[in-house]
Amino acid sequence: MALPADLVFILVVVLDFFLLASSRLGAAIRAVAIQGALLAALPLLLAGEGHDLGHTILLAVGALALKSLLIPWMMFRAIREASIRREMEPIVGFVASMVLGGIGVALAFAFASRLPLPGGDAHPFLVPTSLSTVWTGLLLVVTRKKAVNQVLGFLVLENGVFVFGLLLSGFMPVMVEAGVLLDLFAAVFVMGIVMFHINREFSSLDTARLSALKD
Amino acid sequence: MLPRTLLHLAELLVVPPLLLGVVNRTKSVFAGRVGPPLLQPYFDLAKLLRKGAVYSRTTSWVFRAGPVVGLAAILSAGLLLGMGGAPAAISFTGDFVLFAYLLGLARFATALAALDTGSSFEGMGAAREVTFASLAEPALFLCLLVFARATGALSLGGMLGPALPAAWAPAAAALLLAAIGLFVIALAENGRIPVDDPGTHLELTMIHEVMVLDHGGPDLALILYGAALKLFLFGALLSRLVLGFGEGALASEALFLVGLLAFAIGVGVVESAMARLRMIRVPQLLVGASVLSAFALVLLLR
Amino acid sequence: MLVPILAPLALAAVAFAVPSNRRRPLALLAGAALHAAGVGALLATRPPARAGAWLVFDAMAAVTLLTSTSLFLAAAIYAQGYLARRQDRDNRVFVAGLLALLAAMTTVALSHHLGLAWVAMEAATLATAPLIYFNQNARSLEAAWKYLLIGSLGIALALLGTFFLALSGAGPGGPRSLLVEDLVAAGPALSLPWVRAAFVLLLVGYGTKMGLAPLHSWKPDAYGEAPGLLGALLAGGLTNSAFVCVARVFQVTRAAGEEAFAREALVGLGLLSMALAAVFVLGQRDFKRMLAYSSVEHMGILALGIGLGGGAAAGAFFHSMTNGLTKGVVFLAAGNIHRAYGSKVTDDVRGAARRLPVSGPLLLAGFLAVTGSPPFAPFFSEFAILNGAFAAGHHAIGALFLAFLAVIFVGMGATVLAVVQGDPRGAPTGPDPAERWLTAAPPLALMVLVLVLGLFLPRGLRELFGEAAALVGGSWGTP
Repeated sequence: MALPADLVFILVVVLDFFLLASSRLGAAIRAVAIQGALLAALPLLLAGEGHDLGHTILLAVGALALKSLLIPWMMFRAIREASIRREMEPIVGFVASMVLGGIGVALAFAFASRLPLPGGDAHPFLVPTSLSTVWTGLLLVVTRKKAVNQVLGFLVLENGVFVFGLLLSGFMPVMVEAGVLLDLFAAVFVMGIVMFHINREFSSLDTARLSALKD
Repeated sequence: MLPRTLLHLAELLVVPPLLLGVVNRTKSVFAGRVGPPLLQPYFDLAKLLRKGAVYSRTTSWVFRAGPVVGLAAILSAGLLLGMGGAPAAISFTGDFVLFAYLLGLARFATALAALDTGSSFEGMGAAREVTFASLAEPALFLCLLVFARATGALSLGGMLGPALPAAWAPAAAALLLAAIGLFVIALAENGRIPVDDPGTHLELTMIHEVMVLDHGGPDLALILYGAALKLFLFGALLSRLVLGFGEGALASEALFLVGLLAFAIGVGVVESAMARLRMIRVPQLLVGASVLSAFALVLLLR
Repeated sequence: MLVPILAPLALAAVAFAVPSNRRRPLALLAGAALHAAGVGALLATRPPARAGAWLVFDAMAAVTLLTSTSLFLAAAIYAQGYLARRQDRDNRVFVAGLLALLAAMTTVALSHHLGLAWVAMEAATLATAPLIYFNQNARSLEAAWKYLLIGSLGIALALLGTFFLALSGAGPGGPRSLLVEDLVAAGPALSLPWVRAAFVLLLVGYGTKMGLAPLHSWKPDAYGEAPGLLGALLAGGLTNSAFVCVARVFQVTRAAGEEAFAREALVGLGLLSMALAAVFVLGQRDFKRMLAYSSVEHMGILALGIGLGGGAAAGAFFHSMTNGLTKGVVFLAAGNIHRAYGSKVTDDVRGAARRLPVSGPLLLAGFLAVTGSPPFAPFFSEFAILNGAFAAGHHAIGALFLAFLAVIFVGMGATVLAVVQGDPRGAPTGPDPAERWLTAAPPLALMVLVLVLGLFLPRGLRELFGEAAALVGGSWGTP
């Protein structure tokens, strides 16, 4: 198996663990940016014969620009506006989050070996990495209280889905992938605007304060 | 075989204080100082051995036995370790469990001696040390399991033998993760930054230092030497893991020593570059190391 | 085919550019009119599906588009009156967002390419999230954030499910495409574990957008805080689009052979939604949140319908139309009442029948329709589903269905009667205490439509429902 691709997948999962354990928002945003850069490198590493090179390069460049540069920049602006630096103890606790993440990764690797890959020639780490990252994203969204962390969780989840989408890059039309990337950008853009309003309204980005509406 | 084993015994007995010296020198270089001579720990040990000891009236034989038992345990653990690719002096199936628990026995003896003084100060240190150790233990076992799975051997000598360099080819990523986990555990078990600051003497921040506060003279020499030995053992594990690909006896031995030095320098660099973690973050660090090792194991089990 | 999509999009851009706050709502009227014309033309000509086409006007699309068009027409007229009274806010984003929503909903309905449908659903979510914040207070901000986050989460899972589905067809000899026709044609050649996993993820993802329990937590907040106009379009239009997505996925799952598993999942979620709605509707003091739970209930009914199959499936499509129109009535009327009293809790609001002689009784009539009383159309659609359940021998399900309906009737009735009856003197006065024609006529027209559909269902429509049901394995005739 190609060592660079191996290492990239492993690094993506290690970054997932780091995100689950991190309490500093700046470090978390940078970790997501690095993850985005790694994912942008993946199409180039995985491209075998028969894949359209121009298509691959376009996808890689687009992913790099959006995931590594534009979106982290927007997130940094959001936290600068709100001048927050740390996440308070999340709902589940950092240690418990890491353990849950670890269990999720183990299950992902176990589960993935039972799903037969119809393509046949895909990298064996691809599906487990994708599922682990999706699980990490879900954990982050559900257990974190700061709105910025919830958006980061959403980004991580989309990263996981992106990894999975690499399996299909052979026959998936460019429009869908471009649509996915653009939707991601638009989603984060809108979230940024809403966060700005939240900060203005509540003077904080702690979603524990968003609890007026309940039955 | 016999000359090599004798060489290893000699290394085990002689090299550890040098490692401490290298760590201290590295920290000094980072701080822009000249620093103590590399052989300073030997001089310290010699000085301490010449001194007399004062024993408090509240202590019992446990206090006097602590350093002795500790050193004996660590030396025995060292006999289980295969260095430089050669087989270990004592080796049998499952001896890695004995290795881990001999280290635990040493820590137990030190903690008991600390509690025996009847001082709440030392009791606090013992409590902290033991808590962190209980979190580091699963991480250590997971790392050793990764070794076992990668090499297919169940004894330390086998794990660190020729099978280990051969295991890098198919399982590089897993072994790399295990190496990182092992390094973090080494820092934790030896009371280094970011887990514990060996140079601090502030009440609120001491962990290991406070346990040995009441020992003096030859006892302190035994404890200091034991701590150096423990550092050496972890360094040996890491050195063999990362730099173990020498062909032939001479190359293996040379690489082993180079690896030890690199480990000591690495510890020094980490100590200089990082600050100590808040105590509430140390469990998170250790659990993180466990999770990394567990992930490495999952990669191998797949 | 492209007119109903492109026209509203173009008008959205125009609306964004127009500087005048007063003239902008006219774009809504133009959009509604062009959309209606486009849909009418499609219905008249019924273009056949070209091979490999991404946009196909099939029966499901027809049902959904008819509902959306009628709703949007009513909403556009209502908006003229509503936005004229809300000149205190800049309605640039609001108008553009509504038109973008219409374009996205139309795309979802017409799209036979599951990837395009996904892109459109995501676009609809993003277009509507800022609109929930139109009132710009802390509560609507909280509602908008929850809607955005939970909706995006669901959509991301739906994307993963879409990828799973594409992968299931990726083997040698597989269709290697995301077009519904190709996947259905491949049928058993699709890799089963992937199809099953895909179905679960897609049900969870699009179910979140539909508002099925237990993924409905955003609904009471979003529908409760959004302006009545937006609530009507979301509850009547967007949820139907999500339902179409679920139905198309169900089509593929059936063809692949996982029908039994999929049916069980749909029926289970449907019953759960109805049960949850029944619990939370009792003692609900905020009548807009109550309507949100009613929407959860009706989404449960839709899921139950296609899950049961047979006549119930045809009833489900009938119900998607009747529910859509009725939700339009109740949300618009509730919006009027909210503005008349400045509050939406039963502590403050009473005597709506007297203060608002059109909207008050409309809320009452709408409540009767929504809970399935004859002679309104929802009664007949729910009856069709119930009939299908009993005819196929699912007596327990039918009994539960009736029980939940009864509980919801009682619960909603208490709230609605408290709002509508009584003496309005002494109740607080809101920014818009009198009835106005522009905001009262659209819900009235929709109500008349609901009544007419109940009394006399055109044969053409009935056949359309049957055709749509046939796509998911049901029909009017078979039990």
